[in-house]
Amino acid sequence: MMAVTAWNAADVAKRVIEKKDVFVLDVRNEDAFADWKIESDSFTYKNVPYFDLLDGVEELVPELPKDKEILVVCAKVGSSQMVAEMLADEGLDVAYLEGGMKAWSEHLEPVKIGDLPGGELYQFVRLGKGCLSYMAISNGEAAIIDATRMTETFTSFAEEKNVTIKHVFDTHLHADHISGGREIAEKTGASYWLPPADAEEVVFDYEKLTDGTSVAIGETTIGINALYSPGHTIGSTSFVIDNRFLLSGDILFIDSIGRPDLAGKAEDWVGDLRETLYTRYRSLAEDLIVLPAHFMIMDEVQDDGSVQEKLGVLFKENHGLNIENEEAFRSLVTENLPPQPNSHQEIRQTNMGRLNPDDEKKREMEIGPNRCAVKA
Amino acid sequence: MNADKVLDAKGMACPMPIVKTKKAMTDLESGQVLEVVATDQGAKADIAAWSKSGGHTLLETAENEGVLTFWIQKG
Repeated sequence: MMAVTAWNAADVAKRVIEKKDVFVLDVRNEDAFADWKIESDSFTYKNVPYFDLLDGVEELVPELPKDKEILVVCAKVGSSQMVAEMLADEGLDVAYLEGGMKAWSEHLEPVKIGDLPGGELYQFVRLGKGCLSYMAISNGEAAIIDATRMTETFTSFAEEKNVTIKHVFDTHLHADHISGGREIAEKTGASYWLPPADAEEVVFDYEKLTDGTSVAIGETTIGINALYSPGHTIGSTSFVIDNRFLLSGDILFIDSIGRPDLAGKAEDWVGDLRETLYTRYRSLAEDLIVLPAHFMIMDEVQDDGSVQEKLGVLFKENHGLNIENEEAFRSLVTENLPPQPNSHQEIRQTNMGRLNPDDEKKREMEIGPNRCAVKA
Repeated sequence: MNADKVLDAKGMACPMPIVKTKKAMTDLESGQVLEVVATDQGAKADIAAWSKSGGHTLLETAENEGVLTFWIQKG
């Protein structure tokens, strides 16, 4: 019998970023595979539901490559392990993904974006779901922006760096994933900031994040300056950190722009979105580095695993910033929108503190790709 | 709904609910109904997809406090 290897999500992330040739045998049912898979430009895929393989894998073996690593993937782990063992019995070397798509969805890869006075700025890349979170560190203090619910990753990282988390921000009330912001703030005693316009229905106390809000971390006071930038939600707020980095939340992405309909108000907010992207952002320095809260396609991920681009480059290349005609812009962001994220209403309610699902339910609510963008 | 056979797959994790369902189905005649009780939430989509791919008919699904019940008619 040949060897079966267990890969964890970090092993897979490494191969995605290094653009390795991996053959993914996804044994979930066809609908699940069509909805969402491990995205990579260098991976190839085959979907055969595990229940079609219960009588044996002999017919499948000739369809598998001899010259690539083979990874068997399922929703949690059981089926992929079973199929991997069946393939090993047929003489193949294969791996399975520990924790399945569930673990893949929860994996965060920290990537250093740049130095700050007295510290550094990190991006946490959630490859499985396209979410991006940030931690700015300076002289023993830290601020976190748009944390995902895997709070342990952030608190451990802060411990490792020997810094105290002072401020936790959400750029807006998220509809596609459950925020970890409030939990981190509760655990660490940090302040939790939310834009009040998004927080009318929340059931907990928070600091009001408004245009011009400014906090400093570390003795040398790196500035974290809030810029009101509505359009994805009515409260959406961006940050300029150290006059060099623009954290654009779900307003501006690398290859697309925010969609205005996830709280049900596309028609009302399209004007705000246009004003933010075509007037407010236009007045900012073009050499700011844009750091969004999401990416949608692997093309947006750089070779070092980060997601970033200069604002000036986006003004030239992002089609969503180059629609002269207001009517054309209006129809782009209100018509033919992609489907709304799974469970987005329940996720918003959870982020308001009005629903308190257990961990298993939270995972289930977040299953699937994020769909916060509209691509021109 | 009346079933000809009942399979208790509560507490079992994927892939076992489907493995057991498939096995239980071999004991039935075409047209007979198997009732499957499971707690693995993944079974919802998988039982439906498996029934379809195996030529069986998923007659009904019920959910009560995390317990899923399926009635599958053998094809």
